[in-house]
Formats: sequence, C-alpha cells, structure tokens
Amino acid sequence: MSKGVARSTAEPQGLSRWWLRGHSLLVFVFFYAPIVVLFVFSFNDSNAVGNWKGFTFGWYEAFLDNDNVQKSIWVSVKVCLFSTVIAVVLGTASALALERFRWWGQKAFDAVLYLPIIIPDVTMAVMMLVFFGEAAEWFNVIPGVDLSSGLEKLVLSHVAFNISFVSVVVRARLANLDASMEEAAADLYANRWQAFRRVTLPQIMPGVIGGALLAITISLDDVVVSSFVAAVGATPISVYVFGMLRKGVSPLVNSVSVVMLTASISLVLASLVFSRATGSGREER
Amino acid sequence: MSVAAPPDEAHGVAGPSEVATPGLERQAERAKARQGFLLGLPAIIYLLVFFVIPLGVVVAYSFATRTRSGRTELRDWNLNAYARLGDDIVLTVAWRSLWVAALTTVICIVLAYPLAYFISTRSAVTRNLLLVGIMIPFWSNFLIRTYAWRVLLDSDGLVTQMVQATGLGDGRILFTTNAVILGLVYGYLPFMVLPLYAAIERIDWSLVEGARDLYANGWGAFRRVVWPLSKPGVVAGSILVFVPSFGAYVTPAILGGNKEGLLGSYIVLQFLSARNGPVGSAVSVVVLVVMLLGTLLYFRSGGKNL
Repeated sequence: MSKGVARSTAEPQGLSRWWLRGHSLLVFVFFYAPIVVLFVFSFNDSNAVGNWKGFTFGWYEAFLDNDNVQKSIWVSVKVCLFSTVIAVVLGTASALALERFRWWGQKAFDAVLYLPIIIPDVTMAVMMLVFFGEAAEWFNVIPGVDLSSGLEKLVLSHVAFNISFVSVVVRARLANLDASMEEAAADLYANRWQAFRRVTLPQIMPGVIGGALLAITISLDDVVVSSFVAAVGATPISVYVFGMLRKGVSPLVNSVSVVMLTASISLVLASLVFSRATGSGREER
Repeated sequence: MSVAAPPDEAHGVAGPSEVATPGLERQAERAKARQGFLLGLPAIIYLLVFFVIPLGVVVAYSFATRTRSGRTELRDWNLNAYARLGDDIVLTVAWRSLWVAALTTVICIVLAYPLAYFISTRSAVTRNLLLVGIMIPFWSNFLIRTYAWRVLLDSDGLVTQMVQATGLGDGRILFTTNAVILGLVYGYLPFMVLPLYAAIERIDWSLVEGARDLYANGWGAFRRVVWPLSKPGVVAGSILVFVPSFGAYVTPAILGGNKEGLLGSYIVLQFLSARNGPVGSAVSVVVLVVMLLGTLLYFRSGGKNL
C-alpha cells in the first residue's frame, strides 16, 4: 500500500510524464525495429540487401540448399552440446562448492570464476590462440586427442567461458534456497550423495536448466573466440556468417541470420521462463 | 591438527558432551571444507589449465621475442613490445577506442536512464514484461543484431532513406566511426538499462516524498535524491558498457571502415596478419588491465553481481 503511494510519487507529473513515456517507447522501437526489418528483408526478392522488390521464400531455399551452411550448423550443434554438458557439470559442482561450503582458497577461486564473464572477447580469443599454439604438443601426448581437427579446441575454449555463466546462474538459485532441507535429509541418515540427488538437485534444477540454456546460447552465438580457434573445414555457423559478412553481403545472410536469431531468442525466452518461474534471478545479472 | 581431540576420545562420547563437542565440530568442519574443495576441484583444475595458464602465456608473449619469420619465441625477455605501444599508430588507435567507448557509454546513460526510471515506476506485471523485453536483446545473438544495422544503413537502406527524406544529410554513415558508435550503443544498451533499473528500483520513494514535502520541485527532488541514490547503477552500467566497447572487434569489423580501426581490431591484426605476437599480446594485456581496473571500481562502488 505505502509502496503504491510512493511509486506514484516517483512518476513525474504533467509534461515530463509524457516525455518519459515517449522516450521509453522510442528506446523499445530502437531495440526491436532492426530485428523486425531484418526479418522482413529475409523475404526480399532482390540481390541487393537494402531495398524492397517483392516477396520470396528464395533465400530460405538457398539456405536449405547450401551445404556449407548445413555443415557449419552441424559443427555448431556438436560444439555447443559437448561444451554445455561439460560446463553444466563443472559449473554446478563449483556453484555448490562455493555456496554450501567454506574452504581454503575459496575467495581466490570465486574471483577467477568471474574473469571469463567480464574479459573482453578479443583477449579471451588471443589467450586461446596462443595457448593452443604453445600447448598443442602437450595434448598430442594424450592418446586419442587430436587438436588439429579444431572441434576439440572449440569445445575446450567454450567450456572455459561457460563454466562461469552456469556457476553464476546456479548460485543465484542456491542462494535463494534454504539449506535446512538438506540438513534434514542428513539427519534422516541420507548420505551426501542421496541428499544431493533427492533433495538439492530437484530444488536447483530450474537453475541448472536455466544455466544450460544460457550456455547453449552463448556457445552458439560466440564469434570471436571461435574464429580464433576454429580450423579450416570445421567452422561453426556464427564464424561462417561473420566471414560472409566481411566478404560482401548476399541476402542469403538475411535468411541464415533470421534462423540464428530465432534460435537465440527462443533459447533466451526458455531460459528466462526456467529461472524465473521459480524466482531465481536472471535479473541479478 | 594439534588442537583436534584424539580420534578415540571423540568417537567414545556418543552424546552431546560439552567437552568433546568443540573437537567434533572442528573435525566435521574440516571434513566439510575438504568436501567443498573436492567438489570445486574439477572446475578449479579446468580453469587453471584453460584460463589461468593461457592468460599467463599471453603475458609471457608480451615480453617474448619475435623472430624474423614472425614466430614468437619464449626467450630473451624484453620490453620491446611495450615500447611499441608509444608508436603514433598505436596511440591513435588507443585514443580513438577510448573516445568511442566513452561516447558510447555517455549515450547509453542518456538513453537508458529515463527508460530504467520509467520501468521502475510501473506495476509488477508490466515491469516484468518490460524487463523481459530488455533481456531478449541482452542475450540474443550479438553478431546478427549488429548485422541488422548493415541492412538499415545500406546505401538504399531504410534509415538512410529516412534521413535523406528529412533533408538532414545524405545519411551515409555506414563504414564510419559514427556507425560503429551506433552499433555499440545498440549492442550494449541493455547492459546499461539493467543495472540502472536495479539501482532505481531499490530507492526508497518515501525519501522523494519527503523532499517534495520540503518544497523541492520535481527536478530538485530528482537531482538531490534520486540521482545520488542511483549512482551505483550508473557506475555499474558504465563499466559494463565501457569495457566491452573498449575492446570491441565484431562491431567495427561489420559497421566500421578499414581505416579507422579500434584496439580490438588492432589486436586481431597483429595476430592474424602482421604475425606480431608480442605486440598483440602487449595490447591485450593493456586492455585486460583496463578491464580489471574497471571491475575493481565496480566492486568498490558496491556492485555485487554482474
């Protein structure tokens, strides 16, 4: 009640009220108009990107016919699945370790865990490039590992930044949970594993799924790191599109872009639904 | 070790004995600490190998030697790469990056503040809907969102035509620094809106009411009460926008011209074309230091989560 009254104080009166509304509307138009235009122009029957000539599904047919595009999508899917699975396991474990335990070196680890989130893409990309350049020989010693295909390097580097994102999302969920349920399970003679599987895991599941969807989104969308570590013949779709964009634009890019953006937005929405439905905060970020 | 009770003594007392409890508790605490560490260990090892060591290699590269053939060799440590940072071309690029990032940040504050304020005055349902509306561009494909502007800014693109129709100019800004700034603002604006919203939403509005009761007008109440209280959000948002803009690579590559590169593009150029690992690494280290300083500032200003 009092909060409602206070909120009305917050909203300016008269002219500035309408200015505030108009401004907010315009910013939303700014956010979404380019996306809408891109969507519309992916149906444009013209070789030029900019002006409208008529409606066609042609660019989507070209998209389906293009072997290179199909191959790149397949690379992206593989990389994103492998890297997400590994990042979710490691990220969830680290979230539990940080949120439910106190141990030596915890603060340092917590700080390092934040770095991959805030580090500029280019720096991360350079790190991976020089590291794999120097360390390729070390890895070849391990039987069955061959970094030259590029796929392994993509997975390894995507895991490196996705652990942190998963960890942050799962931790936000854990922080909102009461540890007493787990303690009760322990009092009832559940061992640690049973308590985790029967009590903790079901409770943090929305966070884990939210984190996984986020990791998938970030892995699919990554351009910079991927373009530094990808090998010829195994380029993910984002890198392929980036290459197309720099060579000169064909409207084929529009249809590929719309497909990628649709995938990306659906994943974001799914992730929001999962982490929000139960009150854990993506909004924290 | 020396403080812990001997094992049999601790196990010998089954009930809640006051003498044994401290020892038992300490033991349990230690066991728990070990479990926590073991649980975190896989991620610790992974980040050590695939993040901390690579970071170390980049730092090492910045002090390493470049051979004639363009290879970087980890010997004869020197500061040559850092000396190159004083070159005119590097300084020009660095200065332009700084300027572009600063301008992007200011424009984002101007655009985001009123929007964040507006969202925080809405009812809970509308608020959540609007936040989802911000969250979608926040997380969805950055490359494609940047590319969308290429379609709009094309020589006969919609925005170009609109600008020409209003007679404000020829509207040809594609492949200029202005287009890069536009792209960066578009890309990072959500990074400004969210922390600003978080800060404004937390404000105790009865303070504003109090100010109004003391005959402050709307502007006065805003300037004296709301703005100071929302400052942590402004700082947080500014860092979240400034840092990635400063190291931007994708946006200038798509919307910018060849002649007006930024630091991110310069680093890529050093590695992929000029084959100068030490200089590329030295510039990366500088970008990294700027990022770390920014982040420290962020945590100092009271930001907790990213």
